[in-house]
Amino acid sequence: MQLEGANGAGKTTLMRLMTSALQPTSGKVLYLGRPVQDCRYEYLDNILYIGHQSGVKMILSAEENLRWMSPASTSAAEIALALDAVGLRGYTDVPCYSLSAGQHRRVALARLSTSKAAIWYLDEPFTSIDKQGVLNLQHQLEAHLQRGGAVILSTHQNLPIDGLRTYVVDPHSDIGLPL
Amino acid sequence: MIAESQGFAGYLRRDLLLAYRRRGEVASPLIFFVLVSTLIPLGISPDSARLAELAPGIIWVMALLATLLSTETLFASDYQDGSLEQLLISPQLLALPVLGKILAHWLVTGLPLTLVSPLIGLMLSLPAAGLLPMMASLALGTACLSLIGAVGAALTVSLRKGGLLLSVLVIPLYMPVIIFGSAAVQSAIDGLNWLGPLAVLAAMLSAAAALCPLAIAGALRLVSNN
Repeated sequence: MQLEGANGAGKTTLMRLMTSALQPTSGKVLYLGRPVQDCRYEYLDNILYIGHQSGVKMILSAEENLRWMSPASTSAAEIALALDAVGLRGYTDVPCYSLSAGQHRRVALARLSTSKAAIWYLDEPFTSIDKQGVLNLQHQLEAHLQRGGAVILSTHQNLPIDGLRTYVVDPHSDIGLPL
Repeated sequence: MIAESQGFAGYLRRDLLLAYRRRGEVASPLIFFVLVSTLIPLGISPDSARLAELAPGIIWVMALLATLLSTETLFASDYQDGSLEQLLISPQLLALPVLGKILAHWLVTGLPLTLVSPLIGLMLSLPAAGLLPMMASLALGTACLSLIGAVGAALTVSLRKGGLLLSVLVIPLYMPVIIFGSAAVQSAIDGLNWLGPLAVLAAMLSAAAALCPLAIAGALRLVSNN
């Protein structure tokens, strides 16, 4: 599912509501038919959220960042593989403050390879990523969808991904999400 | 999906690693404590009898200010880089990682202050009988200050210049700690039983350790909802 909408329309707010980082003032978020407050841990265990601020620590290296953000069972080889996949080979032990904005994004996106979550929430994942990176990410999203996973992302790009539905976020309409 | 290692111990380890990486910044409260304490004999009088009278109170006030100085940054970087949001949507009880962060904060601020306090005590002619009570009361007291300060830090984390508001919020709550902390040292110097005030401090620490993480968890959720 792709969220579209003008700047300030509420894409990020909607996404934060869905991940339960924000509490809705009215209405509710359902997970498998149940309100998320009732199955909070079960739900949160199954989602992965990468927002504008990705949680990458500048004074840690790419490898330390990914190790921290990955499940505890992730092996060192898997971490190395994930960083290779986002094109950060050779940069794994440099502090992130010496990397570029696009590379920070890539560190955060490397989580997609190590995570076991079924639902991915990606807020503007293509920001400052180069063309090759965009292509890689598209392949990764397609692979996740083929595994039966769900992806909810906000972007202004047109993505050639099969089965991707578009939902326009408009603050003046009150239609519920067709999930 | 989060790492199982991201609980109490995980955050303790990570914050210690982060502190180690920016050790210059982390050491500044300690340097502040030592430097300001050296100003006291210059400003008041090098006369050891007068200094000895003031020493317990001065050391405690300096320790309090040094702790306050470092409290503001407790959640600030996590808030700015989005780690805090990731913590809020991690499937676990929020109080435990928060307690891990506070313990790490105490290990890099309160504990070094405690260890260096005998040196300051000597400089301010603190009577020898007061040295051990000073260290014991600072160890318990700075842990209290870290816990209470963290509540204020959580409430002010979204403010760009929250330092002053933080002081206004937490200094009233610091008062009981400094009263019983310096009372323990003073009692020991006067030859009285100093375990009484120390026990009160220990009781305050237990209460703070149990309640503050819950208050902080609530404050962080409140702040992220705005």
